[in-house]
Amino acid sequence: MHISLGLTDEQVLEMYRYMLMTRKLDDRMWLLNRAGSIPFAISCQGHEAIHMGVAYTLNHEKDWVCPYYRDLGLMLALGQTCRDQLLFAFARKEDPNSGGRQMPGHFGDRRFRILSGSSPVGTQVLHAVGIAYGGRLTGSDHVVFTSCGEGSANQGDFHEACNFAGVHRLPVIFMVENNKYAISVPLRKQVAGESIAARANGYGFPGVTVDGTDVFAVYQAMKEAVDRARRGEGPTLIEAVTYRLQPHSSDDDDSSYRSRDEVDLAKKRDPIQLFRNYLVEQGLLSDDYEHRVIARITKEINEATEYAEQAPDPDPSDLYRYIYATDEGR
Amino acid sequence: MPVSNMIESIRDALGIALAADDDLLILGEDVGRYGGVFRATEGLQERYGPDRVIDMPLAESSIIGAAIGLALEGYKPVCEIQFLGFLYPGFEQLISHVSRIRYRTQGDYGMSMVIRAPMGSGVKSHELHSDSFESFYVHIPGIKVVVPSNPYDAKGLLLAAIDDPDPVIFLEPTALYRAEREEVPAEIYQIPLGAAKLVREGQDLTMIAWGGMVPVVKEAAVQLVEDQIQCEIIDIRSLYPFDQDLIVQSVKKTGRVIVVHEAPRTLGVGAEVAAMIQEQAFLFLEAPIMRVTGYDVPTPLGALEHVNRPDVNRIKKAVQQVLHY
Ligand SMILES: Cc1ncc(C[n+]2csc(CCOP(=O)(O)OP(=O)(O)O)c2C)c(N)n1
Ligand SMILES: [Mg+2]
Repeated sequence: MHISLGLTDEQVLEMYRYMLMTRKLDDRMWLLNRAGSIPFAISCQGHEAIHMGVAYTLNHEKDWVCPYYRDLGLMLALGQTCRDQLLFAFARKEDPNSGGRQMPGHFGDRRFRILSGSSPVGTQVLHAVGIAYGGRLTGSDHVVFTSCGEGSANQGDFHEACNFAGVHRLPVIFMVENNKYAISVPLRKQVAGESIAARANGYGFPGVTVDGTDVFAVYQAMKEAVDRARRGEGPTLIEAVTYRLQPHSSDDDDSSYRSRDEVDLAKKRDPIQLFRNYLVEQGLLSDDYEHRVIARITKEINEATEYAEQAPDPDPSDLYRYIYATDEGR
Repeated sequence: MPVSNMIESIRDALGIALAADDDLLILGEDVGRYGGVFRATEGLQERYGPDRVIDMPLAESSIIGAAIGLALEGYKPVCEIQFLGFLYPGFEQLISHVSRIRYRTQGDYGMSMVIRAPMGSGVKSHELHSDSFESFYVHIPGIKVVVPSNPYDAKGLLLAAIDDPDPVIFLEPTALYRAEREEVPAEIYQIPLGAAKLVREGQDLTMIAWGGMVPVVKEAAVQLVEDQIQCEIIDIRSLYPFDQDLIVQSVKKTGRVIVVHEAPRTLGVGAEVAAMIQEQAFLFLEAPIMRVTGYDVPTPLGALEHVNRPDVNRIKKAVQQVLHY
């Protein structure tokens, strides 16, 4: 499968490594939260296949990313490190995402053209179309990727962004990561038509639904979308269907609105496990290799945790910095 | 008498209101089976059904906009916004319609509704989850704004807000949801909007606060007794309309005032309070009115939250300055 899609053996193994890193890091965040070391954790478990499908189709030298808080794996594959994420979780001064000013999971990193977002869901989708329009004016062929949850796709901003992008045939990829819940509210109470992708018809561009637990399905849809966008043929809406394997956040108790059976069933389709099965079937993954990779990741996360734990907090004098342009830049 | 914390007394008030009025509806995100992210509506959907306790799609403009239609149809919407910082998608509906429909229709239609939202810092929350932008709402003619500081007031004020013929923004300090428990009568009672509360009597200085700052001011007053300073404390509770009489009365007695709020200083409600006092009690003032407030910065999180949020020490320092002016 991967060869026919144009992916090399090395690339799929690297994807797997990023997926494992994402999961281990995500697990570490939960652990730190439960131990009282970090105030909040928001998880991406169940979304990792989407992240890889996205990361491996974007051009890391020029494309923009306006993500949302479930995109940890994408951030790692774009170049952020475990240390960056842990500094973020501890809200330390050195955190590259916001210097300890932003909520964990609200990624932003100028090095990788990852646009800093805020907490009100769905607002970033409009920024993506603005960036895309700007790129058109300056003659750049960069593509803008933006993502949000299926619940957030009901905000007016989402519609406005799609409409604008459709009218101007902008190089934007709208990714809706449909994990079936918006905190406690199930999909059927968010949308009656079941499909978010179907809305694209009204906006005048293609909308596709893919299995969000399948790296290759996402990769393929993304590749087509990126190619179209780069050719100047306009936006695509991709709805990647998956399941949120963990509670909404560390503040949530999901047992009050969904059964353990339902969650357990979804865990059988854990995207990392599915991808692993594929690699094993293909004879690409040996136990020995996997052990070494896991050991390396664990070491990296341990060191990053230690580093972030001891890193200094922002200074009180930072309070007034970067509010107006009169302050020095970074 | 039953004892409850603020979230329980709010839930109690909502339950009473649903039972008393078949036309009362609750609208919000996760308010149904989940009972709201802070559990203010826990058990209410089970008791009153999904048609009256409505899980709204994730879109605040829908919540406020649909509430307008419901109010026009004679229903009484009580909206829950997950955090005050997430009201902005519905701000358009609020400022352009909720506040003005009575005005535009020359009184043909009222907008009797309540919009509840948690606000303020003190629990190390995140960007936009800990803001204190009450001024925005106080500034809109046609809307009332209420901020309780304890479980007893929360119930009485919420029931009064629900009964009010005009739209009321009901702001709930997140830091106080589970901070204290006190006796809260099981029966129905109302605390009139627009009436401040004399929390503590004193001769030397008047401290004015609301919401999450009230416990901090109380603690400062207790500590100041050690320095032979007796502070009077007024909890405004209702930011619009606000109780000018009680404040003026107190200022005429003490001659010295500090106003404390979490919100950024510039154009915070403290500025309005200070202006009112100098208009009405200028000759009684022994010192300038001082404000102890958040700084003019985005509400910081984590490590710096306590630097921005007025604390006992900052308040005590301001008191000394005003006393020794
Ligand atoms: C404007 C706004 N309203 C409410 C919230 C609170 N909130 C945070 S995440 C969330 C649910 C999002 O669900 P979905 O879009 O499906 O994304 P998921 O978390 O499932 O990935 C809500 C209601 C918010 N952050 N912003
Ligand atoms: Mg979702």
